Amino acid sequence: MVAACTPRTHEPLFRDTLREAGINQYFFDMANIREHCSWVHSKQKEEATEKAKDIVRMSVARTINLEPLKEFELPVNKAALVVGGGVAGMNAALGLAGQGFEVHLVEKAKDLGGMARRIQTTLEGLDVQDYLQDLIRRVYQHPLVHVYHEATITDVSGYVGSFVTTVQAEGQVTIIQHGAAILATGADEHRPTEYLYGVDERVWTQLELEERISRKDEGLARARSLVMIQCVGCRQEGRDYCARVCCSQAVKNALSLKALNPELDIYVLYRDMRTYGFKEDYYLKAADQGVRFVRFTPSAKPEVEAARDEEEKPVLRVTVPDPILGQRLAIDAHFLVLSAAAAPAAGSPDVARLFKVPVNPDGFFQEAHVKLRPVDFAADGVFMCGSSHYPKHLSEAVSQAYGAAGRAATLLSQDTVTASGSVCTVAESTCISCGACVAACSYGAIHWRKTPGGDKAEVNPVLCKGDGLCCAKCPTSAIVLRHYTNEEVLNQIDAALFEAPSGAGEQAHAKQEVGS
Amino acid sequence: MCTGRVDLAFVLRAFQKGATGVIIAGCWLGECHYVTEGNYDALNMMHLCKKLLEHAGVRPERLRLEWVGASEGIRFAEVMNDFANTLRELGPLGAAEGATPDHLASRLAALARLVPYIKLAKREKLALRLKSPEEYLQLYATDEVAALIRDVVSYYVEPELCQACMICLRRCPADAIAGGKNLIHVVDQDKCIKCGTCFDVCPPRFGAVRKISGAPVPPPLPEEARVVVRKGKGARRE
Repeated sequence: MVAACTPRTHEPLFRDTLREAGINQYFFDMANIREHCSWVHSKQKEEATEKAKDIVRMSVARTINLEPLKEFELPVNKAALVVGGGVAGMNAALGLAGQGFEVHLVEKAKDLGGMARRIQTTLEGLDVQDYLQDLIRRVYQHPLVHVYHEATITDVSGYVGSFVTTVQAEGQVTIIQHGAAILATGADEHRPTEYLYGVDERVWTQLELEERISRKDEGLARARSLVMIQCVGCRQEGRDYCARVCCSQAVKNALSLKALNPELDIYVLYRDMRTYGFKEDYYLKAADQGVRFVRFTPSAKPEVEAARDEEEKPVLRVTVPDPILGQRLAIDAHFLVLSAAAAPAAGSPDVARLFKVPVNPDGFFQEAHVKLRPVDFAADGVFMCGSSHYPKHLSEAVSQAYGAAGRAATLLSQDTVTASGSVCTVAESTCISCGACVAACSYGAIHWRKTPGGDKAEVNPVLCKGDGLCCAKCPTSAIVLRHYTNEEVLNQIDAALFEAPSGAGEQAHAKQEVGS
Repeated sequence: MCTGRVDLAFVLRAFQKGATGVIIAGCWLGECHYVTEGNYDALNMMHLCKKLLEHAGVRPERLRLEWVGASEGIRFAEVMNDFANTLRELGPLGAAEGATPDHLASRLAALARLVPYIKLAKREKLALRLKSPEEYLQLYATDEVAALIRDVVSYYVEPELCQACMICLRRCPADAIAGGKNLIHVVDQDKCIKCGTCFDVCPPRFGAVRKISGAPVPPPLPEEARVVVRKGKGARRE
């Protein structure tokens, strides 16, 4: 029993050490006196020490009953499924195929490419369409990559090493067996509901502007004034995150516009410019070229109305209080461009539900640990990359795709994976065949077995996920969740409420049982 | 381990050991990371448990179930502080109940012994999954739980009818039946979990196991009187 530091990083370490020393790792328990105690009670030292003692005592009480458990070897299917045929998904697929693994690449649209189809260049000036065509060609040419277009996933079952996914693509249903999955469902551009978007055809999003720049739109070449508004649909109630890529996108488009039409006045109304890293150079370059950056605060957002200028020509009048000048600015613009937030793709929630992986409160995929397992999901065998995780620039999505492919390859290169020994088991002699456990199991892991004493419940340890619902239902405690047995938990409760004979410490004993 | 793993017996044990309150914190309904949705089971169990606590004379507010997501640290602190305030008002176990902790502990211990019986009797209801948390409020009525405890059954082997065939003894999941070959079987009422297996398996031609409800169980036969003497084909007690 160890009471030190964090179980999050150190418990696996101690378990490995035990295993290397030839001791069953399930004999180990860790008392979390850090996150569960010292971190949350840093200002109440005396009470925290008493609580730490309680936690240690509970851990010892539990340790008394620990049993050595056997882990299970599950076979690994060497194929991978990649969901999403954008730049991230394609790079992940090629990364795996390049290492000799068969890859099934599932794309919901008719063509591969995803969001990158709408991006012409990067801020640094690389030709995205050139890159994309080459990437798509390599995907189609790779003998190990199977592409499914216009595909939807209708069912996912199985577990790490042997998933079974049903894909409906171009009128055909295919059942794919795979050992790992990479989810790269990407992001969509949020459709703004404010600033006359959708009402006035001179109001566009940054992606719409980019398309017009690429075809050298006549109106843009002749225009004299253009306003961009940043943080549209994000960093506010309901979508409370920074979409990361829009500042660079705005600077990129501003520079392209200046190249197309040097006479154009460009105003960028921003809350905080976040052209992070070396992208800052382009922000300075834009400022040098006369792009005007005007700050606004969320409490005094810009207002937009259709108006007429001094020459009676139609304009969009954007008024915004400039906090530096302390005055209200009115800008007559020919075009208004909104930096609309990148939002999770419409299909992401369905994919998350099918693969039973979590999303964060903003709807983006939630990694197992930001620093320690950045491309893994908490569910084994499922990985992520690209903007479905959070909005990313192309280069970032590509790096993460390589990371996800690497993590998946680590799994696929094994012949077997080890499943936890903390699963349920039935003591046949005490089972009364009531069936409460069979009904409680969501994984179909409990079946009937004929015995001389009648039908008895039996657990398939490979299917059991160790949630323990069956144990709470079993009247005779015949079904036991190993590593969390009734004796172990009851001992912990007794230890938590143990009163020292001296009557030391008068504290409220509120016992917590936190389901995770 | 899921919130749905929390056993009735765990909660009762905590109060039996003098806990001021018990809080179960689980994932929000409908936000299960897996497909188990065991938090609905926890909600179901909690409502039954509250009624049982009431029956034992414990204020049901001492048990609470709250939904706190893994990322909701602030909410967890608020929930715990709020619950601590409730418990401070109630005082230690027994204070708000007007009973001594020992008295409550013995009542809770008696209830804890009935957990297998309760789980079996309420098996179907405990497995119910309702749509909204409000629907669970009506799931268990006070009278229903009172009747459940009042009508608790006991199983008794009639010494005159028992043929000492060993069937019930072997099949008892709780090892609660004493006896042997040619020794009349006797149910140890302290060990018995009231599952009814003995009642079901006793051969109908003997019909020796009696279900007793609402009446005292006759005292067990003295050990020296348990030998069965068989004459000829039939067997009869001396």
